[in-house]
Amino acid sequence: MILLWLILIPFIGGLLAWQGERVVGRGFPRWIALATMLIALGISVWLWLVGDYALPAVGGVPQWAIEYQVPWIPRFGISLHLGLDGLSLLLVVLTNLLGVMAVACSWREIDRNVGFFHLNLLWNLGGVVGVFLTLDLFLFFFLWEMMLVPMYFLIALWGHNSPGGKGRIYAATKFFIFTQVSGLIMLLAILGLVLVHYQQTGTISFDYMVLLKTVMSPQVEMVLMLGFFIAFAVKTPMVPLHSWLPDAHSQAPTAGSVDLAGILLKTAAYGMLRFALPLFPNASAQFAPVAMWFGVVGILYGAFLCFSQNDIKRLVAYSSVSHMGFVLIGIYAGTTQALQGVVVQMLAHGLSAGALFILCGEIYERLHTRELSKMGGLWARFPYLPPIALFFSIAALGMPGLGNFIGEFLILLGSWPISPLITIFASSGLVFGAVYSLILVQRAFHGAPADGAPPLKDLGKRELSMMALLMVLLLALGLYPQFVLDTSAASMDQVHSIYGAAQALIGVTP
Amino acid sequence: MTLTSLHFAALSPILLVSATIVVVMLAIAFKRHHRGNATLSVVGLNLALFACAVMIWIAHPAMMVTPLFAVDGYALFYMALILVATLATATLSHAYLEGFKGEKEEMYLLLCLSALGGLTLACATHFASLFIGFELLSVPLYAMIAYPVKNRRPLEGGLKYLVLSAVASAFLLFGMALIYSQTGQLGFAEVGAYFAAGGSSIAVLGGALLLIGLGFKLSLVPFHLWTPDVYEGAPAPVASYLATASKTAIFAVLMRYFVEAGGYYQASLVEVLGWLAFASILIGNVLAVRQNNVKRMLAYSSIAHFGYCMVALVAGGPLAVEAVGAYLLTYVVTSIGAFGVVTLSSSPMGERDADVIYDYRGLFWRRPYLASILTAMLLSLAGIPLTAGFIGKFYVVAIGVDAHLWWLMGAVIVGSGIGLYYYLRLMVSLFLLDPSKHRFSAPIDWAQRIGGIMTLLAMLLMLALGIFPQPFIHLLQISTIIPPG
Repeated sequence: MILLWLILIPFIGGLLAWQGERVVGRGFPRWIALATMLIALGISVWLWLVGDYALPAVGGVPQWAIEYQVPWIPRFGISLHLGLDGLSLLLVVLTNLLGVMAVACSWREIDRNVGFFHLNLLWNLGGVVGVFLTLDLFLFFFLWEMMLVPMYFLIALWGHNSPGGKGRIYAATKFFIFTQVSGLIMLLAILGLVLVHYQQTGTISFDYMVLLKTVMSPQVEMVLMLGFFIAFAVKTPMVPLHSWLPDAHSQAPTAGSVDLAGILLKTAAYGMLRFALPLFPNASAQFAPVAMWFGVVGILYGAFLCFSQNDIKRLVAYSSVSHMGFVLIGIYAGTTQALQGVVVQMLAHGLSAGALFILCGEIYERLHTRELSKMGGLWARFPYLPPIALFFSIAALGMPGLGNFIGEFLILLGSWPISPLITIFASSGLVFGAVYSLILVQRAFHGAPADGAPPLKDLGKRELSMMALLMVLLLALGLYPQFVLDTSAASMDQVHSIYGAAQALIGVTP
Repeated sequence: MTLTSLHFAALSPILLVSATIVVVMLAIAFKRHHRGNATLSVVGLNLALFACAVMIWIAHPAMMVTPLFAVDGYALFYMALILVATLATATLSHAYLEGFKGEKEEMYLLLCLSALGGLTLACATHFASLFIGFELLSVPLYAMIAYPVKNRRPLEGGLKYLVLSAVASAFLLFGMALIYSQTGQLGFAEVGAYFAAGGSSIAVLGGALLLIGLGFKLSLVPFHLWTPDVYEGAPAPVASYLATASKTAIFAVLMRYFVEAGGYYQASLVEVLGWLAFASILIGNVLAVRQNNVKRMLAYSSIAHFGYCMVALVAGGPLAVEAVGAYLLTYVVTSIGAFGVVTLSSSPMGERDADVIYDYRGLFWRRPYLASILTAMLLSLAGIPLTAGFIGKFYVVAIGVDAHLWWLMGAVIVGSGIGLYYYLRLMVSLFLLDPSKHRFSAPIDWAQRIGGIMTLLAMLLMLALGIFPQPFIHLLQISTIIPPG
């Protein structure tokens, strides 16, 4: 039941914020939203502290720390089946934490239709939490598609029309159509899987635990796996399918970008870890080299495009493409180290990209431009913002001591036994990462300020405390990642045990 | 055979609507009173709906009333659906016609007549009752479409519908004649037995002509050319009736024809229908993209939606009847809401309905409830989860995957992607700020409020369908028809 509340709290909070605006006043939705996300965060952290996430799988069946199931549409064997293990817990905590950040960073930025804004933001967060908890494929698809609508509104209604861009409605529509169409392909694959299972057993069920043991012919398995993979690849985003991401990011409001980069991209990686690999291990193992090469392409392509960006948010967006390439490689390498690295990388990227987007928003609030060519010399005009931005840029380039390094290092370490060549190419991404991160700092903050440019208003207490929290967490993740690794170990072992067996079948052994 | 009271009880929805027609006609002759006549017809339709509901509730056993009508769970479900759509139209007409200068009362008479045709089609198990229902459904619609007879566009729409309907009827009749020439029978069961035994090419030709006739009414591509003009010209409530009740009735009889009269044995026709569905989905959606007129856009979108629905019919199998029912149910509820908002934003006092996308710009900030309803309905038309449209689409995709219709599934996905574009375009314009001038503002009065409550109910029903569909699925399961043999 507590899991259901984790999903419902943001939905209820959103409704309260929306209606409260009319009844109480303009500032009210912000407080309601903040309180809602703090409660959700509190519950998820509490679950982390009290729960035991080291339950080993019994006979290849994953064990859940908390499970909840009630029938929903018995006609098709659909139930509200929620389950929590280490992996979902970490991502739920990340979602709720970034949710708090997203509410906080739009405190001043959003000044019209505040209630409706927070309705969309909270519903989106609630949907994402649901995606991380669900163990029913119908419910998974349901929430997967449902969370797009609030995101669409966030971009379309509160986004920016950046000069030279095609406009926020264009970006929002593109985002929606890309993810929705790929989602429908996943729906076909889900139904295909269910029907294959139905033909074998005579029962219709969308339940993850039931479908996990479905036996398929190799061709069918490959086709269904590709259906899932396309949906996840669009959302990750994998390179030929990524073009919605820079547009969406550059037009979205700050909270939308934080949400998109920090959380929504993680749903795709989560989907691969939870569904694509365990449900279709053999096809995934066969497909792994292709996916990993796509990861390499993503790393390099994202990094190269970062160089040529003039819009600071597009730059950070392309760096996300690059970082998610590592995640793709790590997932399909499938060794325990790589999978653990993926978890750390997801958390670290969520924190660092979220922080960078918040900083972009803050710069935009002060300068009213996001173009790097119009910046320069900001170091002299702010006391606090530039060093903080430097910190997160360095985190993004993978400096040891910060979370991203642990993630990338573990992924590379774990991928080496599977494919040294891919690992070599991937590690070059670290070098390029250093280049574009430093270019960002160089172009935005260094140099001489324009003559007579007035000093700008620096970060306030709210902004500083947000940044401080994210910095502490990133440092903690970099210096002592063990607390995260312990939590996710059992889940990742489970994925590895299924996937590793399939790899061994086709002769890939670490 | 002699008709017993049991037969009369089974036919009670049809009889009640017939009685309503007579009563309303007499009432109009006696005294013209808009609200009074509207109330009379709504009461009559509600009684009929109540009769349907009671019979569904007590699980009334299937019964043949003369060889023409079968009153079974299937017929009761579709009669109820048609009555709900008719009631919605009546409510919307009342709101819409409040400010109409001419005679308002005949609209309800025509509406009840047309609904009677729809009920007949839902029960039809004989080519004679099919044709009677078909004509009874269509003929009042000519007048309803051209109801604001002083205006050019409704008149043009009415005339177009008249001509093309006559052509469709001719095809239908000729198809029936060809089938009769081979079988010597007109009952669905006998014709079904003939086709099951092998049929003949002339009978299949007859079946093809019959499908052309019905395809006109369902506006499947390539028989869709009348749809956008008629929807645009017709008063908004009538357009809503055309999209919901009229098409549902035709689809109900088509489905029964396929199951009982051996449509599924004509494999070549099923394949042709597959191509029609394919073309309807793609062409309907592509043409909708270019529209700036909301009614035309909804017209093209309804072409596409009946393409999706046709996929369920083409797929066949044990789930087909249930899937078609689910799709029509969700589509009717959604369309009532969408057209309801268009109606409530329009008024016949203006020279045109509020049907240009620009009219809806910033509606959310002026009339938030109306805009929220329209948003939810557009999301439902696009098939987004949490809404009814998703359940319908889920059924279609499930049955399509089950039947391995991969090319049609491809069309469904591509079509949904295109569809999203134009639904989102209208949806986002509701929220955009710049109401520099209020291009339209229908008066807000009692009638408007009733219409508003009705669309609000449609939205709640739509959400209930989307979030907790199990009770509705149960209803669909008991209202299925089992193919003979």
